[in-house]
Amino acid sequence: MYDFEFVGPKTIAEAVDALRAEGSQPLSGGQTLIPTMKQRLAAPTRLVSLAEIDEMKGVQRKNNCIRIRGATTHAEVSRNVKDFPALAKLAGGIGDPAVRNRGTIGGSLANNDPSACYPSAVLASAATIITNSHEIAADDFFQGVFTTALAEGEIITAVEFPVPRRAAYLKFEQPASRFALVGVFVAQFESGVRVAVTGAGEDGVFRWREAEALLSGSFSPDAIAGLSPPADQMMGDLFGTPEYRAHLVGVLTKRAVAAA
Amino acid sequence: MDFVSISVNGTELAGPAEPRNLLVEFLRANGLTGTHVGCDTSQCGACNVLVDGKLIKSCTAFAVELQGRSVTTIEGVAVGGALHPIQRAFHDYHGLQCGFCTPGMIIAALALLQENTKPTEDEIRAFLAGSICRCTGYQNIVTAIQAAAEQMESGNV
Repeated sequence: MYDFEFVGPKTIAEAVDALRAEGSQPLSGGQTLIPTMKQRLAAPTRLVSLAEIDEMKGVQRKNNCIRIRGATTHAEVSRNVKDFPALAKLAGGIGDPAVRNRGTIGGSLANNDPSACYPSAVLASAATIITNSHEIAADDFFQGVFTTALAEGEIITAVEFPVPRRAAYLKFEQPASRFALVGVFVAQFESGVRVAVTGAGEDGVFRWREAEALLSGSFSPDAIAGLSPPADQMMGDLFGTPEYRAHLVGVLTKRAVAAA
Repeated sequence: MDFVSISVNGTELAGPAEPRNLLVEFLRANGLTGTHVGCDTSQCGACNVLVDGKLIKSCTAFAVELQGRSVTTIEGVAVGGALHPIQRAFHDYHGLQCGFCTPGMIIAALALLQENTKPTEDEIRAFLAGSICRCTGYQNIVTAIQAAAEQMESGNV
């Protein structure tokens, strides 16, 4: 890959400063960025590592919320998030053990891969993305495939998840990449049910509002029997047609409701 | 050019590195060629090493990121010239054929048995999700890891 300058700040303020230079890019766990750079799909002139910033790491319980700092690895989330088992299980199912020891929640969300697991949890939980400059509601954060509300040089410092009454995440794994061919996160709150789908929508992660309305009335698989989202809004590739993905969304949502 | 210093298998490994040099490149350039580059795309696990006791793929980390950290490679697994029980079990149970994936498999097994001393077959197979072998079909790798776990548990090594 092309060479670049490497900077290892110790505080968020130093990182934000280092990112002001033209061509700078934050490096978190690197599990997507490094392969991307090898393929020359990205060629930043300066990488600003977020891995040595203590204030970017850890999990805390705060009232009825769980706050996960941006550079917390998937392995740490899977081990340390005790009060939101569906989220811990999701984190423990990303990639493989080596990837989970490097990859981070902030990195995954900032990348917003249309088949990544975390965006569905964030959207279904109505989580808040906290950056070095402001807070962004999940509903405003995801803006399409690999696109978010983050500005240039803005860093996700933490994510705050309201803890649902019950929740579950089910994914149908693409067996080679272990990304979600389709993944569904269902979360039930006092105010209602939210359903977020990854791996399927042509614009990336989305809320399946038709299912949300029915499940808010009756939280049972029968409430959405035979229902699938419109196939013409699903993505298709070698591994699954839009119709196949639409069908899987229905099946996985029912299973997630049963598992929650 | 940066100067990188990493503790590898208990010994300081220091030398110049460009920021773009991967950890596996830094190790191999400094004579530690037991860690292999298989796919170079983060899929196969031939380059598995432990960093501060945690399994990572050394093809998907820059050497400069690991300044001051402690790395274990396949060269550091045997102690005092005696094979580690996992290495012994891979030998005894024929857990390798061509051997290219073996360093990564042994390191992955080490990471697994550190956190789970009695893994089931399903747990072993799940843990090896990121470690690919093109020869064995995995059966003897799983058998070897189970045998090593038993030997390590009983202290009969």
